[in-house]
Amino acid sequence: MVEIGHFALVLAFALSLVQSTIPLVGARSANERMMAVGTPVTLAGFALVGLAFVILTICYVRSDFSVANVWENSHSLKPMLYKITGTWGNHEGSMLLWVLILTFFGSLVAVFGANLPASLRATVLAVQGWIGTAFLLFILSTSNPFARLSPAPIEGRDLNPILQDVGLAIHPPLLYLGYVGFSVCFSFAVAALIDGRIDAAWARWVRPWTLAAWAFLTGGIAMGSYWAYYELGWGGFWFWDPVENASFMPWLAGTALLHSAIVMEKRSALKIWTLLLAILTFSLSLLGTFLVRSGVLTSVHAFATDPSRGVFILCILIIFIGGSLALFAIRSSSLTPGGIFHPISREGALVLNNLFLTTATATVLVGTLYPLVVEALSGEKISVGAPFFDLTFGPLMVPLLLLVPFGPLLAWKRGDALAAAQRLMTAFAGSLLAVMATMLFVDKASVLAALGVGLSVWLILGALTDIALKAGFGSVPAATMLRRLTGLPKSIYGTALAHLGLGLTTLGIVGVMSLETENILAMKPGETTGISGYVLRFDGVVPVRGPNYTESQAKFSLATESGQPLGQIVSSKRFYPVRQMPTTEAGIRTIGASQLYISIGDDTADGGLVVRIWWKPLVTLIWIGTLVMMLGGAVSLFDRRLRIGAPAGSRRRRPAQPEAVAR
Amino acid sequence: MRRRFALLVMAMAAVLWNAPAFAVLPGEALPDPRLEERARALSSELRCMVCQNQSIDLSDAELARDLRILVRERLMAGDSDQEVLDYVVSRYGEFVLLKPRFSLRNALLWGTPAILLLGGGVFIVLIARGRRRARPAELTSAEAAQLDEILRR
Repeated sequence: MVEIGHFALVLAFALSLVQSTIPLVGARSANERMMAVGTPVTLAGFALVGLAFVILTICYVRSDFSVANVWENSHSLKPMLYKITGTWGNHEGSMLLWVLILTFFGSLVAVFGANLPASLRATVLAVQGWIGTAFLLFILSTSNPFARLSPAPIEGRDLNPILQDVGLAIHPPLLYLGYVGFSVCFSFAVAALIDGRIDAAWARWVRPWTLAAWAFLTGGIAMGSYWAYYELGWGGFWFWDPVENASFMPWLAGTALLHSAIVMEKRSALKIWTLLLAILTFSLSLLGTFLVRSGVLTSVHAFATDPSRGVFILCILIIFIGGSLALFAIRSSSLTPGGIFHPISREGALVLNNLFLTTATATVLVGTLYPLVVEALSGEKISVGAPFFDLTFGPLMVPLLLLVPFGPLLAWKRGDALAAAQRLMTAFAGSLLAVMATMLFVDKASVLAALGVGLSVWLILGALTDIALKAGFGSVPAATMLRRLTGLPKSIYGTALAHLGLGLTTLGIVGVMSLETENILAMKPGETTGISGYVLRFDGVVPVRGPNYTESQAKFSLATESGQPLGQIVSSKRFYPVRQMPTTEAGIRTIGASQLYISIGDDTADGGLVVRIWWKPLVTLIWIGTLVMMLGGAVSLFDRRLRIGAPAGSRRRRPAQPEAVAR
Repeated sequence: MRRRFALLVMAMAAVLWNAPAFAVLPGEALPDPRLEERARALSSELRCMVCQNQSIDLSDAELARDLRILVRERLMAGDSDQEVLDYVVSRYGEFVLLKPRFSLRNALLWGTPAILLLGGGVFIVLIARGRRRARPAELTSAEAAQLDEILRR
């Protein structure tokens, strides 16, 4: 059965070669039958990769250690959930998941692209085929998940314990749905360049893919952040680690793309820029895959000792990024520029948004790659860590966030900044109030913390103001307002929700970064300590045996200062004997939007236990905010305009609109 | 052999990276809260040399602990923040700084945000101006006459 999986991959590779060529030739020579090959070949490719993935999963479920990949990353005693998620908890399996999602998106285009012009659909599928070909070849030649061992070992080497967590079940698939989702935007962009034709209808087709990929990537990053927060045991939510940056860069660029595609769809402006962003966003996804999968991050030298995989992905990277940018350089001049607009307008605001977001993307990119480049060029080692990003990325975000509420209030073509400012007076007053309240009522709040809270409230109220104004709040009777509220396009709610979520996340970050309190001490059973108005008593340590680990659980009783009991918090240390690895399971109690976070350390010589307790104010808002952002993306995705697809104008366009055709 | 060595190094790194993070231990903190606050701030700017992208404030590796104590010793001896950093760099190299220095080599690193923001801004303004100037030219007299004729018909 294992060989069937391997064979399915080889077949999928062969089909992807067909997918890469026949539909493209058909599109170039207007041969309907050749173009029509694209759909069945894409679907069959997805089915084959799906079969390979299912077979690998079955190998994991059955603990078939004759498969090298299963032997290296699984154990017969591992809980069933982690046997299944272990399928993608390693290099080979995660690359297979990557390709599975790629072919899944290709199939979606094939199935839902019925309203696309046949030649555009054929070209898009062909470009998807190129990517599929490259990565299937990578898997087959350097990362075969089906390699066998003979004789088969009796027991596996277990999965890295920190990956044995529900977070891992959700994080990589979501992340890849985002990463790889941008491949569709990329394929559309390359197809438009090959066709030499791009118009508002194109933007309308690309927007839902961007929205979906963006929402998934938002969820994936947030999930990864929360996983790191509770699993690594020191309560940080973002470390500016290169692996995190690798996923953050496509998110920033994708956010810019999301906004510029709106301008393109509504006003047919920024065409060339939107195209470039679509290419860059997926290029950053590819770069992220390279950074994480090649081992280059641990050290340039580690990369040099076993370069086969790294060099392969580097070649994919160079061919796709270089090729698409070259195509862009050659063809983009043939695209006609779009509508003209006044600097102070919705378009102008979105251009400013793009300027800040792309600069932020570049900052993260340079910060991530600089140590690698310096080491490769001079052999010297430098580090670029959180303090660098706090100093550069932070200041870039502040003006951007300040300007967010203005965007949706400005009119297209020519807006009135003063009128928008007047309409935002209530929101401004509200955030000023929040600043003063923070200064007055929160202990030890610095001016910076208060301003941060103000900024977050500004974003939240700004998003609500937009909805209130569009519904005519205060100027029309309640019944009319209600009717207007239900009649508003979903995309308006989507925008408001996404901006509201951004405000919530900002509030969470400000809260935990500036108001967090910490208590490090050695505790003996029966001792109590206080933190932020709560009293914590250490009850003692209980040993527990899990399926494939041993655990010592430290139990704490939580109470208010007045002595009202609030239940128990368990924080534990685990030890996984197969890998000889310890892990921490933090004890977390959510109180309102804040959390009490307990992490335990070693025993002290006099019978105590080292305990580290944090009070993390508003920390859950970080992830609640991202959920609201995702919801915004989803709501926007269900907007009628996008669901119904291309507008009437584009359907009439079959014989090609003269003004949009390249010379 | 080489491969096995790489695996061993990776396994060791994994152990260090995953070990329950116990940064500042109860006994380490300085009695003077202001000095301790400075020590914490400095610790978060110094890299744990044997970990992956972790500051010594967050790491529980032995070396990180030694560095934390070293930082505190220098502070007790009356060093300024910059002197402490210089001292640590003189012993461990610039790799130890999580915030690279402003130097010629790092000019591009620190300059990128400003260069791009300004450059991008100027570029946008220039394009917008060019666009506005590129409005359709006035009709030549011949064209005007032709148009008149068409309209009169």
